[in-house]
Amino acid sequence: MKTFSYERVETVEQAIDAVRDRSDARFLAGGTNLVDLMRHEIETPAHLVDIGALKLDEIDETPDGGLRVGAMVRNSDLAADPRVRYRYPVLSRALLAGASGQLRNRATTGGNLLQRTRCYYFYDPAKPCNKREPGSGCSALEGFNRIHAILGQSEACIATHPSDMAVAMRLLDAAVETASAKGGRSLPIAEFHRLPGARPQIDTVLEPGELITHVTLPSPPPGRQVYRKVRDRASYAFALISVAAVIDVEGDRVRSARIALGGVAHKPWRSEAAEGAMQDASLETAVKVAADELLAGARGHGANDFKIPLARRTLASVIGGTEP
Amino acid sequence: MPTLAGRNRLPPALSLAPQEPRPPKTVELSLKINGVGHAVCIDIRTSLLDALREHLGLTGSKKGCDHGQCGACTVLIDGRRTNSCLVLAVTAQGQAITTIEGLGDPDHLHPMQAAFLHHDAFQCGYCTPGQICSAVGMLAELASGAPSHATEDLNAAPPASDVEIRERMSGNICRCAAYPNILAAIKDAGGLA
Repeated sequence: MKTFSYERVETVEQAIDAVRDRSDARFLAGGTNLVDLMRHEIETPAHLVDIGALKLDEIDETPDGGLRVGAMVRNSDLAADPRVRYRYPVLSRALLAGASGQLRNRATTGGNLLQRTRCYYFYDPAKPCNKREPGSGCSALEGFNRIHAILGQSEACIATHPSDMAVAMRLLDAAVETASAKGGRSLPIAEFHRLPGARPQIDTVLEPGELITHVTLPSPPPGRQVYRKVRDRASYAFALISVAAVIDVEGDRVRSARIALGGVAHKPWRSEAAEGAMQDASLETAVKVAADELLAGARGHGANDFKIPLARRTLASVIGGTEP
Repeated sequence: MPTLAGRNRLPPALSLAPQEPRPPKTVELSLKINGVGHAVCIDIRTSLLDALREHLGLTGSKKGCDHGQCGACTVLIDGRRTNSCLVLAVTAQGQAITTIEGLGDPDHLHPMQAAFLHHDAFQCGYCTPGQICSAVGMLAELASGAPSHATEDLNAAPPASDVEIRERMSGNICRCAAYPNILAAIKDAGGLA
């Protein structure tokens, strides 16, 4: 680990001041990913700003029937909040499907959105990786790519975003609120994470010095909420495929549906075309059009070819209602 | 899982790039461990796990992977189970840290420690302090009504079933696979058997 200077801040204003004009500074929240990245010397911040004391650990009701979640709310606490369990079960389920009890106790809402990929090569400084070292090449393209992307990838990078929470938040059309020296803004989560393109080293649209302060959930859409995660172990493993869904069904017909896929791309994956085509379709038709539209243009790289049929089958299971 | 191969090697481009020299920094910390305040003077990069083991002689907490994947380093911070390898000691000031040494000692075993002995819930014993600290934290989470991935009804109090306990303990890996006896010990200590 490279050494660093350290300060602990008490307010958002102090946090923003602490990183002003310092591209070598990082905010430290739960540390479950950043400390590990620093140990690997993939992240080498010269200045660490500990935001653990910020009063951003509350979940508040919004006037329109949603919830505003502080960026420092721990993953365990968000998953266990009775309002989240009752109104946003897909979010509780996604959080509980991720990591371990110890990690969820530590990891934060804001930090979860900012975690880096678990591509093996990103964590191995002996191997080329465009995300870690731009221009060095992508080792996963011709390497071990079982866990890698089938949608939205580029020739520069086929990494996936590892978060379960973000997939549920994308389904729910959450908004990410930030603060910075330029003022605050609210971003639809759809625009928060980037596709890799030619600059895979940049995961999100956050600007230097910008701090996530809250994530706001609009009031929940009607319908049955499901989070289905398929992985190599029954617990404590990243998704090969995950499906977050909210499906409103009357008899055999879909009144409305939203679907978000995880484990397939550099960001949670949704398709307006898929959701439009599912509307007023029979369940059987909805399964087919959802898979066709969501997986349009999907391609594997050898070891991850199985993800395409696996995604199709997981969608069928979730939409068809065989999931609880 | 990230590969560990080559993690100590820098690629040529990185090692040749000019870098500002960064001399090591030492900090004086005050840590509250098992109810006792400790002052230590350590490198600022020191993890809580290394502070406990290398600087305070509390070698009960174990270093397995040092990446938050195995759970051998689990301690309780303000009552909540945490991987101490992923906590920088400098950030743990002002928090109440409980290690396996603080749960009990050979003459006054914590009920969870006694149950692990009674049920032979280990073979090599390396993961055991982490298993015990994690189990104590886990039972508190269960008692608080917090759900898990195994919980069928999110809006009801979760049952203390085998499937719940196994899921909730998945962050503690046992290389000897003593899982059946670990489960029995936890149920016994928690009054669930």
